Amino acid sequence: MTKVIETDVAIIGGGPAGLAAAVSARKAGAENVVIIERHHELGGILQQCIHNGFGLHRFREELTGPEYAYRFIPEVWDDPKIDVYLNTMVLDLAKDQSITAVHPSHGLITLRPKATVLAMGCRERTRGALNIPGTRPAGVYTAGAAQRFVNMDGFMPGKKVVILGSGDIGLIMARRFTLEGAEVKAVVEVMPYPAGLTRNIAQCLEDFDIPLYLRSTVTKVHGKDRVEGVTVSQVDDAWQPLPGTEMHIPCDTLLLSVGLLPENELTQMADVPLDSRTQGAVVDQNRQTLIPGIFAAGNVLHVHDLVDYVSEEAEIAGRAAAEYALRDGDTRQEKITVIPGENVSYVLPQRLDPDAETEFYLRVTKPIDRITIELGGVRLAVRRLVRPSEMLKIRLRKDHWEKLKQENGETSLELVLDAKAQPVPSPRAQREGVRQ
Amino acid sequence: MKDTKATTAVKEEIRNMTCIVCPTGCQLEVKIVGDLIEVTGADCRRGEEYGRNEVLNPVRVLTTTVKIAEGTLPLLPVRTTEAIPKELLYEAMTALADIELKAPIKTGAVVVENLLGTGIDLVASRDMDHK
Repeated sequence: MTKVIETDVAIIGGGPAGLAAAVSARKAGAENVVIIERHHELGGILQQCIHNGFGLHRFREELTGPEYAYRFIPEVWDDPKIDVYLNTMVLDLAKDQSITAVHPSHGLITLRPKATVLAMGCRERTRGALNIPGTRPAGVYTAGAAQRFVNMDGFMPGKKVVILGSGDIGLIMARRFTLEGAEVKAVVEVMPYPAGLTRNIAQCLEDFDIPLYLRSTVTKVHGKDRVEGVTVSQVDDAWQPLPGTEMHIPCDTLLLSVGLLPENELTQMADVPLDSRTQGAVVDQNRQTLIPGIFAAGNVLHVHDLVDYVSEEAEIAGRAAAEYALRDGDTRQEKITVIPGENVSYVLPQRLDPDAETEFYLRVTKPIDRITIELGGVRLAVRRLVRPSEMLKIRLRKDHWEKLKQENGETSLELVLDAKAQPVPSPRAQREGVRQ
Repeated sequence: MKDTKATTAVKEEIRNMTCIVCPTGCQLEVKIVGDLIEVTGADCRRGEEYGRNEVLNPVRVLTTTVKIAEGTLPLLPVRTTEAIPKELLYEAMTALADIELKAPIKTGAVVVENLLGTGIDLVASRDMDHK
């Protein structure tokens, strides 16, 4: 007979989001918590991110990925009320939250939690998502897969490497390959600015004299059995290759660092509505989805650039999930919808309880020198030198709500969040010149 | 030694760089006039210090892996406890290629003491259990 596990809170995924959600759910009073993790250990993708730079905001230290994970893992293992199921794969999540999973010794198991936190993380976009012309030889990897090979399995995928996309993982791998003795010939980015953090351009590319080609892309992969080279072309504003700009780069490996997609297969099984902008669930300020009792946090919700904020978000979700489980049901109010406006590519939470004091997580559509963040016309904050690669956190306070009511009336159920560009650049931006 | 030619102007150099101390990535301008180093553009004091160090003695934290026998994985991630001179990075990589540890090992355990005479240790950055 199928083993049935009843619990207050079930957490799907034992990476940074799942770990923080578990600890926070217990602190908020959940009697018992179950983490389901398909890998043989906790920590998720942090275990392969051996570089430092994690935790600066949260711990005021520059930790490596595994070290960051170990700030949470012992707390989870030492808590007898947190059960961890490793090597366990969730097959199905129903709308009523019943979870079907395969466990190595119990076989098929069913969980019946009072609340569920989705913490499945994200996946890399692959060559198939890009439609790069050319042959299909061996030697084309996503940057994260290469990271796992090099850092955990002990394999070097190649000796002469071209990296398509300037996401952080690609930049980190450019440095890693170089230190391990490979030659990184180029990083190629279709946008006019890098996708990854500026400091990674400095410490991963500039430190090792690796060229970065902006407004360019790989237009052909050469080689029959193994990659023998790639053609790189410049592109116009519509990302169309410009004839006559082709450059051939001999290489045996092409790494793809072209974005991450939240892993929402289970979310969709439970009919949880998604946001087309984030590719994750629509949530309120507690990170509760539109299906009562199902919460989400971390990269499954939207792709973060810093793990510190994954932990922070997961703590919100874990706490709210525990509270939901304890009161055994929903006390929902009519929600206000937050709509991304001028220069905003996405904003979270997408739903708000009236008067909720919260923090918006948002991204802008392009680099801007100086912006004013406004919700329903009410100014929330001013920020300088914002970039799409860096998520912004903007607090929404009680006094903002008072102003909102004055401007929009009590009944407004839709509020637009704008990031308005300021005409006068800040002194710092003037000093540095406008970044192109 | 004092410059005897009074007419020789002190050489001025300006370097632009991205601060790597935190994810903000401030754009620094470092002005070098003789022995004088002036850093502008940093949002914090650590950034100013970084700009100065980049001119005097650029340093980086090294994170890499070393072989480990009988562990749940064949590689153990390691890090220097502090930043080491940037010019020693490749030399350190070569030196570490020959090391092979044996599981189990705990996070923070010293793998190499005083790496290349820097006075800085190389430590394990995760636990590795015996398989």
